[in-house]
Amino acid sequence: MITYDFLLKYWWFVMSLLGGILVFLLFVQGGQSMLNSLAKKEDEKKLLINALGRKWEYTFTTLVTFGGAFFASFPLFYSTSFGGAYWAWMILLFCFVLQTISYEYQSKPGNIFGPKTYRAFLFINGVLGTFLVGVVVASFFTGSEFTVAKGNITGLGVTGTTISRWQNPLHGLELLASARNLCLGFAILFLTRTMACLFFVNRLDHEALEKRSRKFTLYNGVAFVIFFLLFLIRTLLSEGYAVNPDTKLVYMEKMKYLHNFIDMPLIPVFFVSGVLAVLYGIFGTTFKPGFRKGIWFAGAGTVVTVTMLLLVAGYNNTAYYPSSADLQSSLTLQNSSSSHYTLSAMAVVSLLIPFVLAYIFYAWRALEKKRLSPDDLESDGHAY
Amino acid sequence: MDLLSMSTVNWSRAQFALTAGYHWVFVPLTIGLAFIMAIMETVYVKTGDVKWKNVTRFWQKIFGINFAIGIATGLIMEFQFGTNWSNYSWFVGDIFGAPLAIEGILAFFMEATFISIMFFGWNRVGPRMHLASTWLVFAGVTLSAFWILVANAWMQYPVGMEFNPETVRNEMVDFRAVVLSPVACNKFLHAVFSCWSVSAGFVAGVSSWYLLKKRHEEFALKSIRLSALTGLVAFVMLAVTGDGSAYEVSQKQPMKLAAMEGLYEGKEGAGLVAVGMLNPAKRAYNDGVDPFIFKLEIPKLLSFLGYRNLNAFVPGIKDLVDGGYTLRDGSAALSFDEKKARGKIAIQALADYQTAVKEGRDTDAANHETILEENYAYFGYGYLDTEKELIPNVPLTFYSFRLMVIIGCYSILLFAILLYFACRKEVRNRKWLQYVTLWSIPLPIIAGQLGWLVAEMGRQPWTIQDILPIQVATSAVSSGNIIATFILFTLLFTGMLAAEATILVKQIRKGPDPLSGEKA
Repeated sequence: MITYDFLLKYWWFVMSLLGGILVFLLFVQGGQSMLNSLAKKEDEKKLLINALGRKWEYTFTTLVTFGGAFFASFPLFYSTSFGGAYWAWMILLFCFVLQTISYEYQSKPGNIFGPKTYRAFLFINGVLGTFLVGVVVASFFTGSEFTVAKGNITGLGVTGTTISRWQNPLHGLELLASARNLCLGFAILFLTRTMACLFFVNRLDHEALEKRSRKFTLYNGVAFVIFFLLFLIRTLLSEGYAVNPDTKLVYMEKMKYLHNFIDMPLIPVFFVSGVLAVLYGIFGTTFKPGFRKGIWFAGAGTVVTVTMLLLVAGYNNTAYYPSSADLQSSLTLQNSSSSHYTLSAMAVVSLLIPFVLAYIFYAWRALEKKRLSPDDLESDGHAY
Repeated sequence: MDLLSMSTVNWSRAQFALTAGYHWVFVPLTIGLAFIMAIMETVYVKTGDVKWKNVTRFWQKIFGINFAIGIATGLIMEFQFGTNWSNYSWFVGDIFGAPLAIEGILAFFMEATFISIMFFGWNRVGPRMHLASTWLVFAGVTLSAFWILVANAWMQYPVGMEFNPETVRNEMVDFRAVVLSPVACNKFLHAVFSCWSVSAGFVAGVSSWYLLKKRHEEFALKSIRLSALTGLVAFVMLAVTGDGSAYEVSQKQPMKLAAMEGLYEGKEGAGLVAVGMLNPAKRAYNDGVDPFIFKLEIPKLLSFLGYRNLNAFVPGIKDLVDGGYTLRDGSAALSFDEKKARGKIAIQALADYQTAVKEGRDTDAANHETILEENYAYFGYGYLDTEKELIPNVPLTFYSFRLMVIIGCYSILLFAILLYFACRKEVRNRKWLQYVTLWSIPLPIIAGQLGWLVAEMGRQPWTIQDILPIQVATSAVSSGNIIATFILFTLLFTGMLAAEATILVKQIRKGPDPLSGEKA
């Protein structure tokens, strides 16, 4: 018999893994943020755009699936965070909407806005989209200002019928006032730019771009490491939002997230392995001229590291979406999840994920047998 | 409910309507074109005729231009359930979230993966693998439509769930009932055939333009033959599934049916209004004013379509508000006031249950839970103040429904004629038919929009039928914020539509690329 507690942990793991895959796939956005700096000529820009343009739908689809899966498994998070941090999410979505047409339309005849506009859209999506993802994820550790009262739905109290209420009138923009949130925002931005460089080194058959990408890997990689360490050290040393397993009351615990690492020894093992893989990808690509596999090391490392970080936010009696306005309103796996029945039904569906991954892998390989060169853009019959 | 929060509700509705309206301009063409492209490519692979490959690749380009905006509006729609309808997201998220997640896992990844092969794989994979990818794109977009329509159908006919007072939400207890509800199955088929109709109209119209301009004539004739057949099948099936939809509405949402028909006073052997003009002087459901200035009615047809019985009683708006008529199970229908009273009892019982649980009074909690269960079917009525809130916008629903049906009937005729001349290879010589087909391009799109207006406006005031009215479903975000995002999205979507339209026109003017060995 699969217990409810197991399903809660299973679904938090699935969400964490999806989060990890999403951050990895944000390399598309990272690449978009460097179109003007990495490429010097128009044909180089075209090549970068076409290399990224063949992958953007994976990132987008993962984002949509991440949203849908969160809705299905932890609906109170969906209602509290999206309905509260309204502007943070709306700006994030706006950035991603800009991306959808920018690849397909920029070089088409009759394009009324001109290619520069679409490239500006890609840049906005690349910088702001990734940065805001980091800021929002950081709030899983730093907290947000909201209250939750399920009894409000009766409308018999004094606060209206809405269950989740954001207490800050800036509706999510206030998250930008936290230095720790900003650190993770910048860490994600530079991580995605680093991975984009690694992707270009791996995929492009273009000497000048490859050389520049290797150089950019180091610049962005160093910036990423600095911001990530700032976030990590501060988080490990700060108070965290703990849950008393008996009373279910939320309280502040000193170095809670460090304790989580210690209490769940497998997590730091994977976490450190992930970080090392990312670093190996970065430094291998920077210092070994023929090394092209950095994206796979850094990509796998990113998935593992982000997954572990999110597990630390939710496992071991921790409030994964804490409220700094009212501790007891904080969201935990137990108080925000779907029912046993729904989580079970969804768990059956999730068994199809390996099948989905298998055909994605097949398609990726089918299209990437050889590296992309400017000549391929015409011969493939569909160029951006 | 204060003015500020009513404004929030209305702007949230406007924002959702804007997004959904734009979404349904682009998505039907995407889904329908995927089907037509897959058929065209199948013919190419079977016959080896390179001209069919050329035809396929042209429509694939059009598909690519259109596809992107459907994704953009779809993303906003998904997240709007959280941003603008946060109470809704918790209250029914246990049921509603599942189809959305499954859509992402099973449908979106299939689309995204095989679209790459479809666009970039012509020279990188074999013809059969490429064909399989095109069919899988069609499967992906259709599967995506299925899951989102399951979700929508559940809002109109909530089944397979129970209310849990402890968690204060509805919880799924029967996944199969949710997925295979008759409303969901019918809605899915109706919507998918609507998509086919849009693409058939588009392909036939654009091809007619080529014939009028005497360009790419062979390409155009091939496209017309296939689109005429697709269009005729789609519109005939729309009539069949439309009948199924009306039947389901009459059983599950009688107020919507009454609004669609402008039926205020119920009767046995009710006729279907074929053509009619509503009387603007009618201000209230019970003012005694004749609702029609004139109407042409087909006798007994509404009773037959709604209940498969020529003499069945069809309740009107007044009956649904006042109650008292006999339901099919032999019981007397409750009035609005009675339902409202029971809804208030249910809401109070929920509040009392929570207090009792908090204070550890288990017996009291059990009693309140029983009262809640007995009255839960009317839970949403407890939030309504007057019977006026229960009545949807009758003129909008009535005229939208009629116009949709008129377009459907006209289109069956048009595609039948087009197919007749296409089979006789005489389309090339029928200029009038080419003009009519060209100018009919927008009609299936308009019909689709009207269909959604009927479905969504006709079910007001409910987000979840009888359970959750719109004003209780929203987020606690002030209307100023929502107005700002509404303006932002209006500009964005309109800009996208303009960009797409100009690119499409340019691409169509340019026409299909000649392949090697083929004359342009």
